[in-house]
Amino acid sequence: MSKWIPLWLHKLGSPPTFYRFAGAVRPWAMGLALLAGAIGLYGGLVLAPADYQQGDAYRIIFIHVPSAWMSMFVYAVMGVSGFMALVWRMKLAEVVAMESAPIGAAFTFITLVTGSLWGKPMWGTWWTWDARLTSELVLLFLYLGVIGLYHAFEDRRQGARAASFLAIIGVINVPIVHYSVVWWNTLHQGSTVNVFGHSKMAWDMLWPLLVMTLATKAYYAASLCRRARTDLLALEGGKDWVRQIAEAEATP
Amino acid sequence: MSAMQHLLAVGGDAAAFFRMGGYAAYVWPAYAVFFAVLVADTLAPRLRRRRILRELRGRLTRQAARERRATSVSRSP
Repeated sequence: MSKWIPLWLHKLGSPPTFYRFAGAVRPWAMGLALLAGAIGLYGGLVLAPADYQQGDAYRIIFIHVPSAWMSMFVYAVMGVSGFMALVWRMKLAEVVAMESAPIGAAFTFITLVTGSLWGKPMWGTWWTWDARLTSELVLLFLYLGVIGLYHAFEDRRQGARAASFLAIIGVINVPIVHYSVVWWNTLHQGSTVNVFGHSKMAWDMLWPLLVMTLATKAYYAASLCRRARTDLLALEGGKDWVRQIAEAEATP
Repeated sequence: MSAMQHLLAVGGDAAAFFRMGGYAAYVWPAYAVFFAVLVADTLAPRLRRRRILRELRGRLTRQAARERRATSVSRSP
C-alpha cells in the first residue's frame, strides 16, 4: 500500500474494522434517509403545488429524478472502487464495487419504471427508443452484466476482479446518459436542475426534490453498509472475528 | 397559492390527495415500485446474513465433531 494513504484509512480497509465502522454508520444513515424521505415526500406530495402543464402527474419527479441521479452516482462509485480493486487488490474495494451493483440496479430499475409511468400520461407512450431512455436501459444491462459476471466465477475474488473490469469499461455510459438530452434530440426533457447555475424550477418544487436526493444518497450509504458487512462475513468465513459473530448470534 | 393554503386545499382533503388530480393510476404505482424495490433491497442482505452465519455455525459444528472423532481414534490402541 502506498505511503500517502493515511493510517486510519489503511486500518479502515481491514475487514473487521470496516465491519464495526459500517455497523456504527448504518443506523444513522438509515435514520437520515427515513427522516429526509418523510420530509421530502411531504413537501413533494402535499406542500408543492400542481404543475401548470402536467397537473399532479409531475409529482413522480420526486422519486424519478433522485433515483436517476443515484443510478449514475452508484455506477461512478462502482467504477472507482472497481478501479481500486484492480490496481491495489483491496478486498474492501472489491466488496464496495460488487455490493454497489445491486443497489445501483435497483435505482436504475426504479428510474425506468417510474419514467414509464410518467411517460404514459405525458407523452402518450410507456416507452420510446430515445437516447435518454435507451442509454438508461443500457445502464441497467451493465449493472446486470456486472452482477452476472461476478457470480459466474467459482472464486469470488476472481469474479470481483473480472466484474470490476467490466464496470470500468461501462463507466463510458455514464456521461452518455447525462449528456444524451444535449447530444441528441430526445423526447425526454433536458436538465431542469443545475448544480452550478440557475435551476429552472420553482423553489416549492425544488426543495423537496433536493431533500429526496439527500434521502436516496443516505439510503445508498445505509444499504451499502449492510451489504458490505454481509459480504465481509461471507468472504472471511474462516477467520476468528467472523466465528465469534456467528457464535454470538446463535439462536438457542 | 401559499404552501399553507395548498395544504388545506389538498392535504386537508384526503380524497383529493389520493386522486392526484386524475393521475392516481400513474403516481401511486410509481411510488409503490419505489418503496417495494428499496424494501426488497434492504431485506435481501438481511436474509443472506442469517444464512451465512447459519451455514458457518453448521460448518464449525461438523468440524468440531470431526476433530473429536480424530482424537478418539488416535487415542485408541
